[in-house]
Amino acid sequence: MAIAETPTRRRTLLRAAPAAKRGLGDHEIGRLLVMPALIFAILVTQAPFLLTIWYSLQRWNLNRPERRAFVGFDNYIFLVTRDPAFLEAITNTVVFVVGSVLASLALGLLYAELVNHRFPGRGIVRTMLITPFLIMPAAAALTWKNQLLNPNYGVVDWTVNTVLPGNPGPSWLDEFPMLSVIAVIVWRWAPFMMLILLAGMQSISEEVREAARVDGATAKQEFLDITLPQLWRFMQLGGLLGTVFIVQEIDPIFMMTGGGPGDATTTLPYLVYEKARESFDIGRGAALGVIVVLISIVAITFLVRLLDRMLERREA
Amino acid sequence: MATLSTQRTRWLNRLGTGRGFSKETASPLWAITAWIVGLIVFFPVLYMFLTGFKTENAAVELPPKLVFWPTFENYEAVFGINFLPFFRNSIMTSLISTFFVMLLAIPCAYALALYRPKKWKDILFFFISTRFLPVAGVIVPLYVIFSPTGDPQLGGRGLNLLGTLPGLILLYTAMNLPIAIWMLRSFFEEVPRDVLDAARVDGAGLPREMLQIVLPMVAPGLVATIFISIIFAWNEFFLAYNLAPKESTVPMFMVRFVTSEGLFWAKLAASCTMAVFPIVLLGWLAQRQLVRGLSMGAVK
Repeated sequence: MAIAETPTRRRTLLRAAPAAKRGLGDHEIGRLLVMPALIFAILVTQAPFLLTIWYSLQRWNLNRPERRAFVGFDNYIFLVTRDPAFLEAITNTVVFVVGSVLASLALGLLYAELVNHRFPGRGIVRTMLITPFLIMPAAAALTWKNQLLNPNYGVVDWTVNTVLPGNPGPSWLDEFPMLSVIAVIVWRWAPFMMLILLAGMQSISEEVREAARVDGATAKQEFLDITLPQLWRFMQLGGLLGTVFIVQEIDPIFMMTGGGPGDATTTLPYLVYEKARESFDIGRGAALGVIVVLISIVAITFLVRLLDRMLERREA
Repeated sequence: MATLSTQRTRWLNRLGTGRGFSKETASPLWAITAWIVGLIVFFPVLYMFLTGFKTENAAVELPPKLVFWPTFENYEAVFGINFLPFFRNSIMTSLISTFFVMLLAIPCAYALALYRPKKWKDILFFFISTRFLPVAGVIVPLYVIFSPTGDPQLGGRGLNLLGTLPGLILLYTAMNLPIAIWMLRSFFEEVPRDVLDAARVDGAGLPREMLQIVLPMVAPGLVATIFISIIFAWNEFFLAYNLAPKESTVPMFMVRFVTSEGLFWAKLAASCTMAVFPIVLLGWLAQRQLVRGLSMGAVK
């Protein structure tokens, strides 16, 4: 897929002049060094994607291979007009991704602001805050499902009961399945946002913060008027990277809810898995895969543009 | 209000170029809040770790006991239900795929930073867009191609890689390649031009320049890239579950707890602890470089 070309080609032309001056930008040897990785990436990622498009235009169920045929856009039409699971999966995906990304950003911002000040044991607190991101998603999901969210023996409901006596906590996975899945995602991704925002905060001059404090700014003013505006670019980066990565997370869904109850936590990538691996429906699974890619391209395009801008800034 | 907005402009005008943490020590209240938030966030990990050393009966006790006499029976039991092959498979898959990632990424990133070919920027962004594409977009044909029969219309012979480690290694290499290229590129860019010029004047060829001069200079960057690649490969679930569900990597060992062994929390906690232990350690060591890898080298 050549999505990246559109936003960058124009800039490449603009950049050609200074690059040539520095003797960079037209190295024969460079082309040779790039080739192995480039060919590998094209073979392993682009070739299958072309096949996905091809399969999405076919009626092909592995249970009935003899009925395989080219059917044009029938798979897409079926999904959009006659498959209720598809429409629900679209809504679920939006709720899942937008909810997770925004909550991770907000929480990550809190973590980052907390450890961006000097206090005893700051290094330890920072390490504790980063750790969830390192936990294998499958293990995180199982621990949350059993030890934290179980209605009888889980710590969360026990805490609810202790704080509000006589109030039996809910059965999280049955009553709030999407919220439970999002909670685990946010627990794992807020540290990622923290790391990016912390780097952003540290790029803000200490002199400015000090000047503000000398002028009598409260911590709140300092945060709202200095830190936040400077962080905007980093929040965009975190939000977009979070989007493209979180869209693909199916581990907690698989481990905690299996897409249910009903289809309540079935996102598009999870539906691709169900169609292909459980219903052996190659055609419709492929069509779903294409749709997931098309939706992701919006976020990818913005992300590529942002990375391009950040790259330009560095080069300049 | 007027004073506030003039203040704001004044502060923003003074934005300089310095970097660094706040130098002033925060108030005790701030420190306490930070510690409490840190402990709450860390609690699930701590609880998982502790439960692994409890008996099954103690594991479901509420309120959770944080101080108790540890038992190692769960660890013995987990090794008894064949954990070791999964662990070994995960180590093999992560290390071998990371080896290939570095083999392909080092020359490529080197060229993209120091010997730029034509259209180098398009190449750079092509790589990253392959990482951002959802795996869901390629999983169906991969499943078909990897099966023993393959696609009958394409000659009817598959690669027979379903459920095998080479198949996963191939895909993990492709998955981590773009991140490694971007990350390494950002390290190579930092090598001072003088050093390179001096090497060229001395008549060092490209192999010597790369292997003897530049690579040692960016050694910490190489290590960080290796760590990131191992972390992603170790934790990967979607591809492993779709293409090698039975006897493969550690995440697939966890899958069996969803159904058959879900009631044994202490054993579950023990195996989770072993599953996450190597990666948490690597991550703690690579903390400083983590953000660079995760942001494709855009943030340092």
